[in-house]
Amino acid sequence: MAEQKKTYRVLIGKPGLDGHDRGAKFIARALRDAGFEVVYTGIRRTPEEIAAAAVQEDVSAVGLSLLSGAHMSLFPAVVKALKNSGAGDIPVLGGGVIPDEDIALLKEAGINAVYTPGTPVDKIIGAFRAACETQKSGRN
Amino acid sequence: MEKHPAHIDWEKELAKNLNRFPERKEKFTNHGGEEVPRLALPDKIDDAYVENIGFPGQYPYTRGVQPTMYRGRFWTMRQYAGFSTAAESNKRYRYLLEQGTTGLSIAFDLPTQIGYDSDHQMAAGEVGKVGVAIDSLADMEILFDQIPLDKVSTSMTINAPAAILLAMYVAVGEQQGIESSKLKGTIQNDILKEYVARGTYIFPPKPSLRLITDIFKWCTEHTPDFNTISISGYHIREAGSTAVQEVAFTLANGITYVQAALDAGLELDNFAPRLSFFFNASSDILEEVSKFRAARRLWARIMKERFNAQKPSSRMLRFHTQTAGYTLTAQQIDNNIVRVALQALSAVLGGTQSLHTNSRDEALALPTEDSVRTALRTQQVIAHESGVASSVDPLAGSYFIEQLTDRIEAQASELIAKIDKAGGVVPAIEDGFIQRQIENSAYEYQQEIEKGERIIVGVNEFKIEEKTKPSLLRVDPEVEKAQVQSLKELRQRRDNRKVEEALANLSECALSSSNLMPEILAAVKTYATLGEICQVLRKVFGEYRG
Repeated sequence: MAEQKKTYRVLIGKPGLDGHDRGAKFIARALRDAGFEVVYTGIRRTPEEIAAAAVQEDVSAVGLSLLSGAHMSLFPAVVKALKNSGAGDIPVLGGGVIPDEDIALLKEAGINAVYTPGTPVDKIIGAFRAACETQKSGRN
Repeated sequence: MEKHPAHIDWEKELAKNLNRFPERKEKFTNHGGEEVPRLALPDKIDDAYVENIGFPGQYPYTRGVQPTMYRGRFWTMRQYAGFSTAAESNKRYRYLLEQGTTGLSIAFDLPTQIGYDSDHQMAAGEVGKVGVAIDSLADMEILFDQIPLDKVSTSMTINAPAAILLAMYVAVGEQQGIESSKLKGTIQNDILKEYVARGTYIFPPKPSLRLITDIFKWCTEHTPDFNTISISGYHIREAGSTAVQEVAFTLANGITYVQAALDAGLELDNFAPRLSFFFNASSDILEEVSKFRAARRLWARIMKERFNAQKPSSRMLRFHTQTAGYTLTAQQIDNNIVRVALQALSAVLGGTQSLHTNSRDEALALPTEDSVRTALRTQQVIAHESGVASSVDPLAGSYFIEQLTDRIEAQASELIAKIDKAGGVVPAIEDGFIQRQIENSAYEYQQEIEKGERIIVGVNEFKIEEKTKPSLLRVDPEVEKAQVQSLKELRQRRDNRKVEEALANLSECALSSSNLMPEILAAVKTYATLGEICQVLRKVFGEYRG
């Protein structure tokens, strides 16, 4: 795994009712192995619960995973909930079974990046690191 | 040489069976016109063979649960489907029946599976997405419109609210003039694997097990041809387990349900014949074939030795199979057709009773009608063209298959013993033991792919640039609004006094130890909604939070 100078803290969340958490758990563990501190929310959390946890844990990025097809409403709902909690600067990344044509729309809705099945995990770890760096430099 | 007594017994059984259920054809031949043996046997049949491998339709059922298997009847080709509204799903079911599926399999949306009505705030964004939205009996009537329930068998993937959906099915049957005893099908009704792998739990384990045993009891009296549970390894495997863990955790869950029913005072040989199972068919063909055979033998031994089951049907592990969703790739999706064909072949070689084949586009979205048809055609090609359905358990006696069957059985037994030692499945879930085992296996598997130690064609090798995007099925967001609107109208239209009364009766029943099914059925018939019924039960039973 790549070397990392600074320890970033990130949150992996499962919004909505989808119970498929194999991907979320894998990403959480891979991030941990890469030197991140990772908070995993568990399944079936509301966007508000995820935002509250992100604020409370003072994370630098949020990763969302969804395989139920409800991403178009639930991912933006998390972005909105973060804004409402005064944490609109925390970048949100998404992953799951997400059709290509939805990705641009999700980005417009404030999702930083979206990763679909088959993406190498190193690419995802790199994206989290980049997101954390921009968040911290933006805040300080 | 004299025939082994077990061989003679089997021939007698076979003769009886052929009398009652003639085979599909008078003669099964290969392309050269040579007759294919019904059951290939070793030259010498000794006690060890009889004890471990034996004859199909006889204990320990290693070679299958029926004496003639697919020579009598093919497996049920059952495609899991459902999305959007009841009316849309009804159209898809009728299409599938026209195309030759022989059983229905209902996918419910997540709010339905977790006991929320479509207008609940937790349902926002999920209505009609991964399955059909069912709020009340009114939706169920539309779902089965023009589908005679005495002519089809229906499998319902429903767990925590299984009693409610079963009650709705029985009520629709009544409206069609069909007695409940004529209904055929399966409810998944397997809550234990929800806690570790699938996530659609509502209540804590104890009241959940009561709901399940109440269903067992009610069904033995009212729907004797219904499988009261489908004890599912499928999702455990999807969550990342190995083949051995899939067998071990599934059978350990089975043991828990049997024990719960015995503790509730049920007679073993009354309910055990209606237990059914559900496994995953993954990509390693020989391992999967061995897994199915090992699971069948191990369950037979558990039922005989641990529980002292007397009826043969109590010892038979009958199972549904679905090909492995987790092996489908979003890259070069036509390759998925090949993956599914190989996996489906393993299920048939392993003696499955019914089969769902996944569609090529399922790593991207819900499958289109075209890709569902190809998935079904895959089963039809295996059934009619491959020749594997002409002989019973054709891989038996292969050194490789028999050794692997033995090894999987032994390793799964060891793991079950560990769970027993930990106090059973429920403590093992509460402690996180089962979840950790699955997670570790999932992590190792994925790391092998990341490091290129495991090649996934089109993903980490043999990659191409893909420009053209396949057309995908999308669920219109308007579906949610329409469903919420019709629910609102239902609440105005129905006799709300009757609903209140039925819900009050249900609440009282939940507090007592009486069987919940009659009160749930009564509530369903007043058009009380799924969410209202679950809310009553949530108040009494509490909620599980993972």
